[in-house]
Amino acid sequence: MNIYDFLIMRHELVLVIIALVVLIIDLGLKPAQKRHIIPVAVTLFIIHTIIGFLPSSGGILFGGMFHSSPLLVMMKNVLNIGVLIILLQSYSWLIKPENKEKMSEYFVIMFFTLTGMYFMISAGDFLMFYLGLETASIPIAALAAYMHHRTKSAEAGVKYILSSALSSGILLFGLSLIYGTTGSILFSDIAFSITDSPLQIFALIFFISGMAFKISLVPFQLWTADVYEGAPTNVTSYLSVISKGAASFVFMLILFKVFFPVMEVWRDILYTLSIATMIIGNLFALRQKNMKRFLAFSSIAQAGFILLGIMVGSKLGMTSVIYFILTYIFSNLGAFGVVSAIENASGKLSMDDYNGLYKTNPKLSLLMMLSVFSLAGIPPVAGFFGKFFLFTSAASAGLYWLVFIAILNATISLYYYLLVVKAMFINKNETPIPAFKTDLPARAGLILSALGIFILGFWSQVYEWINNLTVGIF
Amino acid sequence: MNAYSYTLLIPLIPLFVFLLIGLTGHKYKPSISGLIGTAGLLVVTVLSYMTAISYFWTDHIAGTAYTSLKVFEIDWLHLTEFLTINLGILLDPISVMMLVVISTVSFMVHIYSLGYMKGEKGFARFYAFLSLFSFSMLGLVLATNIFQMYIFWELVGVSSYLLIGFYYTKPSAVSASKKAFIVTRFADLGFLIGILMLSFMTNTFDFQTLVSSDSPALSHMGGATFLGLSTLTWALTLVFIGGAGKSAMFPLHIWLPDAMEGPTPVSALIHAATMVVAGVYLVARLFPLYSMVAPDALVIVAWVGGISSLFAAIIACTQYDIKRVLAYSTMSQIGYMMLALGVSGYGGHDGLGFMASNWHLFTHAMFKALLFLGAGAIIHSVHSNDMREMGNLRKYLPITHLTFLIGCLTIAGIPPLSGFFSKDEILAAALHANPALFAIEYLVAGITAFYMFRLYFNVFWGKSTHYHHTPHESPLVMTIPLMVLAFGAVFSGFLPFNELVTSDGLPFEAHINYSVAIPSVLIAAFGILVAYMMYRKESLVPEKIATSLGAFYRGAYHKFYMDELYLFVTHKIIFRYISQPVAWFDRNIVDGTMNLIGYSIEKASYMIKGFQSGRVQQYGYVFVTGAVALVIIFVFIW
Repeated sequence: MNIYDFLIMRHELVLVIIALVVLIIDLGLKPAQKRHIIPVAVTLFIIHTIIGFLPSSGGILFGGMFHSSPLLVMMKNVLNIGVLIILLQSYSWLIKPENKEKMSEYFVIMFFTLTGMYFMISAGDFLMFYLGLETASIPIAALAAYMHHRTKSAEAGVKYILSSALSSGILLFGLSLIYGTTGSILFSDIAFSITDSPLQIFALIFFISGMAFKISLVPFQLWTADVYEGAPTNVTSYLSVISKGAASFVFMLILFKVFFPVMEVWRDILYTLSIATMIIGNLFALRQKNMKRFLAFSSIAQAGFILLGIMVGSKLGMTSVIYFILTYIFSNLGAFGVVSAIENASGKLSMDDYNGLYKTNPKLSLLMMLSVFSLAGIPPVAGFFGKFFLFTSAASAGLYWLVFIAILNATISLYYYLLVVKAMFINKNETPIPAFKTDLPARAGLILSALGIFILGFWSQVYEWINNLTVGIF
Repeated sequence: MNAYSYTLLIPLIPLFVFLLIGLTGHKYKPSISGLIGTAGLLVVTVLSYMTAISYFWTDHIAGTAYTSLKVFEIDWLHLTEFLTINLGILLDPISVMMLVVISTVSFMVHIYSLGYMKGEKGFARFYAFLSLFSFSMLGLVLATNIFQMYIFWELVGVSSYLLIGFYYTKPSAVSASKKAFIVTRFADLGFLIGILMLSFMTNTFDFQTLVSSDSPALSHMGGATFLGLSTLTWALTLVFIGGAGKSAMFPLHIWLPDAMEGPTPVSALIHAATMVVAGVYLVARLFPLYSMVAPDALVIVAWVGGISSLFAAIIACTQYDIKRVLAYSTMSQIGYMMLALGVSGYGGHDGLGFMASNWHLFTHAMFKALLFLGAGAIIHSVHSNDMREMGNLRKYLPITHLTFLIGCLTIAGIPPLSGFFSKDEILAAALHANPALFAIEYLVAGITAFYMFRLYFNVFWGKSTHYHHTPHESPLVMTIPLMVLAFGAVFSGFLPFNELVTSDGLPFEAHINYSVAIPSVLIAAFGILVAYMMYRKESLVPEKIATSLGAFYRGAYHKFYMDELYLFVTHKIIFRYISQPVAWFDRNIVDGTMNLIGYSIEKASYMIKGFQSGRVQQYGYVFVTGAVALVIIFVFIW
């Protein structure tokens, strides 16, 4: 192994270095200077994002524990874009006086969890996967409890860590059964010895349960609403977009790489989970009044759609999942960006507070409308194509009933997404949220999301580019 | 590029106008926005007429079939190796005909609105939305493939949502726009699944390939069946459901009457001439496919059309809101068009129904837009929608009166006005194919004449009503469109549709079918006569009839309780028995129980306050139960 081999894991290395640099710089700063860490961290992360797009050849390290390929690099880049938008949107919240002691923590923790996700995506065996998963999970509890002086935030952190521990336990139990029956933890070895013997199906189900926790599928989703509501808004968007996106990628990769021989079985399991998730998520979302809870439940419903593409188990399905997650990142971050901007300016979070928003803040309202239209899947914005490709791939596998249920749910979801639009544009309000100006980084974050929603909707090259990369897996 | 490349401008100009007014409209006076929008549509109209003239006449070699031309197309997306999504422009007899319809009506509505919407708040916004709508509608009819059509289909839905909800200060308008959007979206669900099924069977979205005589769909005719119908039939039926939603066919029509809350010119544009006929256009566009591979689906089309037309005509007799009468009448007339498509065969004289349907679409666009705009002029002058508050208006509104009368006579099918010709062909086609449907449509012809003249006599004759302000004739910008459309309503019956718009592109012999025409004129005359006797003068006759018909009249007056049924299902059943309990469960059982535990522990132990909310056990319990349940299902039961 020579020094150039390390370039294969350049995402991980660069991000760890950045996190350490931020940590060290922060040590030398006086309390009054702490806020200077923000531009440093954001700039470094922008550089990291750009570096990520440099072409890379892929390869295998550490005896098969670590894989890299253009497809995996692209997944990491997708996550990077999302994190960048979140960092920009967090600015106005981070510079608040109550956070001044621990600004750098926010960045360091986020970067470390992101590193964990990278390792998870690149894992070539279950050990690497599990380490990545825990690195990506445990620190998030600290992020959720970031405003620990607030009961709700602290509560969110505790709930997250407890639920996460439980799910890890079950997942690990599943993995141990796999090791016990196959005698290996390397993906490439296990794939040869997976059959539909009861013990291995048992293991498969526990693995799926553990991942279902991360993606918040019904019935493993109960933590979601409380944690999303309690955590700081920007952490919530990190959880609902990046964490969920990364887990979906990994889930799909492992199902394909390891459990491909028993595809019939996991297709049926995912079928069940997908229907339950879409329906329950939607039914809860219908009656939410708190914007964060509302987005939490709607993101549960969205997770049900992701499964549609995964269970197809083909190149088309894979491309559509990645594409959907990309559109979902932009649309959801657009919505969360607006929620966060409004929360920072006025402290308001209830949907009723959004009444008459268009009068005072037309641009934010328009972006919110664009985002929820995209989440609801109305053409020609990005979300529509995301959903459309998922439906197409599921239909290509002959899952017509599932597609029917999914489109039905997409239509139901339109109802509650329109509630937000109605509140902003139509409902009257004596005292609407006054007009305010968002600061520069937040605005940049919002514009990035809007651009993403538009570009993905109108520029088809993105889909084809992803499609070309997914060749490698099959 | 070729001789028709200028048609690219037809959809692009309204798009440009929309962006221009939308982005800069607040910088200048509202009336400038109106003029920009109108000028843009004028150019579109001129281009559309140029296209129509050169396509139908100057470029066409007499005696040959009209071919479909793909004027322009770009590959937009490679979905799979075989399946690509394209964007382009397709010219063939029906799309060129629709260009003329849309541009004419839209242009008239643009002019009319200069007067009607004058002084309204958001005048510029209104014109921006109108342009957006025109763009979407033109894009829809010019689509080269079913996917492009779907995208524009949804855009039409969005822009009509914006237009119906234009009076956003009026709660009823807002809920109507939402209703229209969501109901049609539900129908689009069928459309989208239909598209997916169709494209996976045939590996193409392209209209030309789909409807060609060696269509890839043909190889799937004998494929798997589901509930007795082939997969292909299901796919095409699902596509039709999408069309039925947009075209307000029973039972997906519930949004149309409520959509009358929007501004009246919008109703004239969307709910008479363009968006509501999109469903008819969709079926017509895929007609060769329907007739080749899924005749069963056409039977459904025919019966849905027939039932809708009867149902709507009955309800129209009981409405007092003049716009609602027109809305139901639209639904009824579209039922005619659907029925004509449903009973039609392919090629030559068998394709009579196809030709008749398109012809009726054309004439209906003219006379119904005329009626709506006339209704707008009436509402404008008396500030009410209720015909009971009107009467004797012929003295005050001479031009409106005359043009409205022309509209009523046309829809009633009185020769030599255009409605007579197109309706006659539909009835002839129905008689040929299905006597039962013919009987329904024959009856509807009489009812139509009745309710239109009920409206006419109530508004323009009858009691002399006392008005707060003396009604006055509308300004010229509003009456000129009325006259232009009246001209179209009178003379469009003389267009040789049997040579221009036929199922296979070839002309065929069509003539007035006297055995159908004479009885149909008679029943129309009878309907008018009854209306004359009942409503010409103020009298007690209608009241008496209403009491003697009793329950049936009340049922019709309440639209046969369709809305109540929907409300019952959505609110009472879905909301109360599914959504509310689930939310209640979330708040009270999950949260409530756990909050209770959390609070009691909080009281007991100050130290761990906030950390021990207690809910997590519940989550863990559900988590483990879920995993175990999966194991039981998939390991032991499967």
